[in-house]
Amino acid sequence: MRAADTLRFATRAATGNPLRTALMVLAMAIGVAAVVVLTALGDGARRYVVGEFGALGSNLIIVLPGRSETGGINPGSFVTSTPRDLTVGDAEALLRSPWVRRVAPLSVGNSEISAGGRLREVVVLGTSADYTAVRQTDVALGRFLPREDLRRATNVAVIGATVQRELFGNTPAVGRLVRIGDRRFRVIGVMASAGQGLGMNTDELVIVPVAAAQAMFDTNTLFRILVEARERAALEVAKDDIAEIIRNRHAGEEDVTLLTQDAVLDTFDRILGTLTLAVAGIAAISLAVAGILVMNVMLVAVTQRTAEIGLLKALGAETHTIRNAFLVEASLLSLAGGLAGLALGHGGAALLRLTWPVLPAWPPDWAVAAGLGTALFTGILFGVLPARRAARLDPVQALAKR
Amino acid sequence: MALIELDGIERTFTLGDSQVHALQDVSLRIEAGEYLSVMGPSGSGKSTLLNLLGLLDRPNAGHYRLEGRDVTTLDTDEQARVRRERIGFVFQSFHLVPRLSAAENIALPLMLAGMPAAERQQRVARALADFGLETRAGHRPEELSGGQRQRVAIARATIMHPALLLADEPTGNLDRATGQEVTRLLEELNTAGVTLIVVTHDPLMGARARRRITMEDGRIVGDLRQPAGAEAP
Repeated sequence: MRAADTLRFATRAATGNPLRTALMVLAMAIGVAAVVVLTALGDGARRYVVGEFGALGSNLIIVLPGRSETGGINPGSFVTSTPRDLTVGDAEALLRSPWVRRVAPLSVGNSEISAGGRLREVVVLGTSADYTAVRQTDVALGRFLPREDLRRATNVAVIGATVQRELFGNTPAVGRLVRIGDRRFRVIGVMASAGQGLGMNTDELVIVPVAAAQAMFDTNTLFRILVEARERAALEVAKDDIAEIIRNRHAGEEDVTLLTQDAVLDTFDRILGTLTLAVAGIAAISLAVAGILVMNVMLVAVTQRTAEIGLLKALGAETHTIRNAFLVEASLLSLAGGLAGLALGHGGAALLRLTWPVLPAWPPDWAVAAGLGTALFTGILFGVLPARRAARLDPVQALAKR
Repeated sequence: MALIELDGIERTFTLGDSQVHALQDVSLRIEAGEYLSVMGPSGSGKSTLLNLLGLLDRPNAGHYRLEGRDVTTLDTDEQARVRRERIGFVFQSFHLVPRLSAAENIALPLMLAGMPAAERQQRVARALADFGLETRAGHRPEELSGGQRQRVAIARATIMHPALLLADEPTGNLDRATGQEVTRLLEELNTAGVTLIVVTHDPLMGARARRRITMEDGRIVGDLRQPAGAEAP
């Protein structure tokens, strides 16, 4: 039998039972659509996070106290044992490197803020005037911390947008006095709403001069030092300089970990990429189920068409002719299902983008190819058994069947 | 050279733990152009004989030579090719593919033989005309009468110009008048040179054949010939 005839025969056979074919195609389509939509979601989330991190400023070097032995970030990077603390002096010393443009020391702790009888738990961030430049953020109202000696504990505070709303509602916050812990501060600015960053929601922060925060928490150590290199290309030189300066100040011991934005980005990229892959794997299970359905449907088709198979044999159809006809039918069903699924999946992804415009929910090419490929592969794989069964039918018994 | 030579054919089926001898020591010579009827009670082995002659079944012992060639030793696909080119089947229940039109059903053997579509259409058009089915070419089997269905089936059985036409109760599902029409059609084909073998329960139809084989318990118990031209009117 000619290939074109086999194709036409299989098409007629598949369309001969529209309900069966439609259900089959639907099952396969749902599987493929699931892969496309879920990977679009996963990859969209990855691109969203990478994009957000990219906006943080790519010249950023984060100095953490304690030496992390492994490269990149792991949970240990954030809870390293601290042989020697970072101090405000360390932060100032870093400015000696020609490759360092700005530094922002960070001191972090939990406290309570109250104003006008309202009380709220907040994260207090102690830092310096350069923080806004380093983090590429700005105040929405008022001004940021004044440029002054890092050891001076001026009682001024800049509050996050959420804190402002919850404490002051619609009344102006700038100029008001608030109580943070057991000290009184004057609010001099409100941060622009910026969302998540470095694991802290800046909208819920209260920012005070680093010396004030250290006094509040009765410590002289720093949580981090943020360093802005002069340019992206100077990141590595700057890192070497920082390591050198810290080593000199810490009795020759290199007891800090330096993280760059790229490392953070890479890590998130990897984590979310893996997540997307995992989600795609889960979605692929539905494709395997659809494949088993193809087998089931084709086995039923063989049983329903036993007499026809007997007839074809009587008319001189060879074993491979019948096997091919059923295999082509199974492949056609899978292909139709796969294509329908692609359309459905792209529609779903478009809907996601429409619903959450910030999420770039485009399915990655590999997922589209893998979804379609898996659909075809499972369809053909699970079509083999029914096709072989049909080809092996005994013509006498097949013909006797009504 | 005889068209068909059967020599010591045995066919045994195992049903549970008992052996059923469907054919026992059957030997038969059929010349090209003959018109045979095979009669006998149910279970006498008529259908088994027909299946064997049509290469749908294999004997347990014995030899079957078709046109001088021993076909019992051929593999499944070689037998399929012999069936396709030399043997036509007509069944009691027509066995038309329900989703295909009359023309497509007739074209099936040509399609299986790999004939190009253009050539196929010519052959099918001629067959449709020969069997008076021109106006029914696009109809599906369910839209055809019983007689028309059997004519489509006969057109399909003869489209490859086989040497041998095997009919299993060809009129069994038809009323008397249509049955006679189909019988006449088969006999015309025989007159044109095709060897015709009809298995039937109908004594009237059986009596029309020039050579009548009677079977009982898997054996040929009667082989009557009547001179050419003496068949019943």
